[in-house]
Amino acid sequence: MDAVVIVVVVVATALVFDYTNGFHDTANAMATSIATGALRPKLAVTIAGALNLAGAFLSVEVAKTISGGLVDETLINPVVIFAGLVGAILWNLVTWFFGLPSSSSHALFGGLIGATWVAGGNDAIRFGALLNKVILPAALSPVVAALIAMTVTYLAFRVAARADRGVVSRGFKVGQTVSASMVALAHGTNDAQKTMGVITLTLITAGMLAPGSAPPFWVVLSAGLAIAIGTYMGGWRIIRTLGTRVSDIHPVQGFTAETTSTAVILTSTHLGLPLSTTQVCTGSIFGAGAGRRLASVHWGVAGRIVLAWSFTLPAAAVVGAAASWLAATGTVGLIVVALGGSAVASGIYAASRQSAVSASNVNDVPRPPAADIAA
Amino acid sequence: MQIDWAILAVVAVVAAAAAVTVVLLVAFALVGLSAGAERRVRGDGVAFRARGTGTALAVLCLLAAGLIVGYGLFLIIF
Repeated sequence: MDAVVIVVVVVATALVFDYTNGFHDTANAMATSIATGALRPKLAVTIAGALNLAGAFLSVEVAKTISGGLVDETLINPVVIFAGLVGAILWNLVTWFFGLPSSSSHALFGGLIGATWVAGGNDAIRFGALLNKVILPAALSPVVAALIAMTVTYLAFRVAARADRGVVSRGFKVGQTVSASMVALAHGTNDAQKTMGVITLTLITAGMLAPGSAPPFWVVLSAGLAIAIGTYMGGWRIIRTLGTRVSDIHPVQGFTAETTSTAVILTSTHLGLPLSTTQVCTGSIFGAGAGRRLASVHWGVAGRIVLAWSFTLPAAAVVGAAASWLAATGTVGLIVVALGGSAVASGIYAASRQSAVSASNVNDVPRPPAADIAA
Repeated sequence: MQIDWAILAVVAVVAAAAAVTVVLLVAFALVGLSAGAERRVRGDGVAFRARGTGTALAVLCLLAAGLIVGYGLFLIIF
């Protein structure tokens, strides 16, 4: 198959991944604002989409880190990257179907690592960079975010206890609008860059860009647009989980969670450390819930989310490795991977229609068990 | 393998400081605005001054919070 065609296919697949990244992560910025009524659902996703687009243009630090750090660029090729993206997209869709806010970044890293390992062996993966820039921050960032959010939520409730309740509620709702917008902007600066990094890596490995190059403008623009459109579509299933299933979120908690998330993400972005915005935001929301009252947090939901997190990297790696092995057999293998991936994605989407979640029912609280109703 | 603990620590400390500061500033601003809202009902001269003080405190706190947010954005863009 012609190299240019392969590059076009990979770039298109990367943008599809970016789109799934967008709707998978809309909840990061807007779940608590929608849950507290600070923003109407449609307005929330519109703001988030626009700010993700703006954020994509603010920095390329993370994009440079991804394309130059995790894998040996001389040992992989665009087909391998394509296989990795397939693994990441499928895992994103599976977790979206179950309403679990797993990390799109880790799905991407997992898919790329699995595919690269099959193609280039152990030497193609830089385990030091993987540990230093991905695994360790992934393990620590949600805990750090949760601790910060818990502390600031406790302090905010203590200080605000002396204030008029109406003023506090209105004030923090306005604050939430600002802080949610900041998270959306931070998300754009962080996550859109991951796709930029992947596309840049593809162009480098195909010999169309010099090693170490920054993402070209068209890459920045297309990645920004893809994540913005995805964000606007709204991942309502995950918004419902983070907004109404974690804890009974008040405007104070929404504000503290989002402010914490913004602080962590912007700081890490500035230092070129690619953190998972999903893990940071989820940690912040749990921390904000615990900051008011530990018992108000639904820890069972936390357990399921952590379980999904721990499976994200290996699951995406396995799919990426399988896709890489198949695609490496030739053009037919590549087509089989593309068609197979599309079929699975379509199946997940069709299954999701059985219990659709949308802007109109995203804030519905779960039905109490039948035994409670009878009592 | 060399774990870059320094960067991780910097992220944690700077993010914590920024989040605590911004949230407390907004919370104190709302306390200031509440003081004005509560005393407005009384309508006397003392209440008028208290309301002004509360509003001034709120404005100062919100300006400070805005500066921190603006500085964060500045770091990202430039």
